[in-house]
Amino acid sequence: MTHNTGSTVLTETLQQWVVLLEVAAREVFQMMVGGELHATESEDSDCGDVTAMVGLAGELCGLITIRCSPECACQIASAMLGMTIDTLDGGALDALGEICNMVAGNFKAKVNGLADSCVLSVPTVIRGSDYEWHAVGEGVSADVRQSYNGCPLQVKLTVHQ
Amino acid sequence: MGKVRTLIVDDSGVMRKIVERSLRQAGVDLAEVWEAANGLEALALLQGKTPDLILSDINMPTMDGLEFVRQLRGVESARGIPVVMITTEGSESRVVEALSCGARGYIRKPFTPEQIKQHVLPLVKQ
Repeated sequence: MTHNTGSTVLTETLQQWVVLLEVAAREVFQMMVGGELHATESEDSDCGDVTAMVGLAGELCGLITIRCSPECACQIASAMLGMTIDTLDGGALDALGEICNMVAGNFKAKVNGLADSCVLSVPTVIRGSDYEWHAVGEGVSADVRQSYNGCPLQVKLTVHQ
Repeated sequence: MGKVRTLIVDDSGVMRKIVERSLRQAGVDLAEVWEAANGLEALALLQGKTPDLILSDINMPTMDGLEFVRQLRGVESARGIPVVMITTEGSESRVVEALSCGARGYIRKPFTPEQIKQHVLPLVKQ
């Protein structure tokens, strides 16, 4: 499921990019988590209150975020490390940040001409859902709703104009 | 191939563990594994340790992987240690830059143990 907001100028391109973003996310989960992401049709915006983000700068400026519940983040970290992690400690947050970093890098590699002209920030992970964020310039965004082991997970691309 | 002493350089502790696990899954017989969170830490660690293999991320705070490899080539005791970059930055220009700095291999994240095997085993067999 894809949701678009903002200017119509980038919407068509964004639709193409979000397909690549979904492929990038699925590949990362297959290779690094050892599990599958499944598309969901859920319109529920509450995927959880753990958000990993990686900034894009250069020819494409924006943000890629992955949002899920603490339980989902622990499941991802457990699968990545091959050990049980049942509390959302630094390791689980680090794991989600690295997943977001790899999804962003993999996405960048799939967009023609972007690999050399766009750089990534180091990942940041925040907890909580009661916040607003603001970026300079207008932005458009699209997301893909997935599930991992039955837990909802949102992968979102925001592009600044 | 004997036991391999390895230095893993990455600012993510999770990624360091994953790289170590992938090396074992690839069939690398690890003797000791040392970890560093950035290039500067790695250079300090190399003053007292001599690994057979170094795997390093590129994007790290304090000192990135490319600068680390550049400075490593100036350290006589460490000059011959093969370095493989493991990074999300998979652009051709970054690969060329890493190899020109002295890296012997380049693996893009996400990776599989099979890719680790292909890039690392020939180096440790040498």
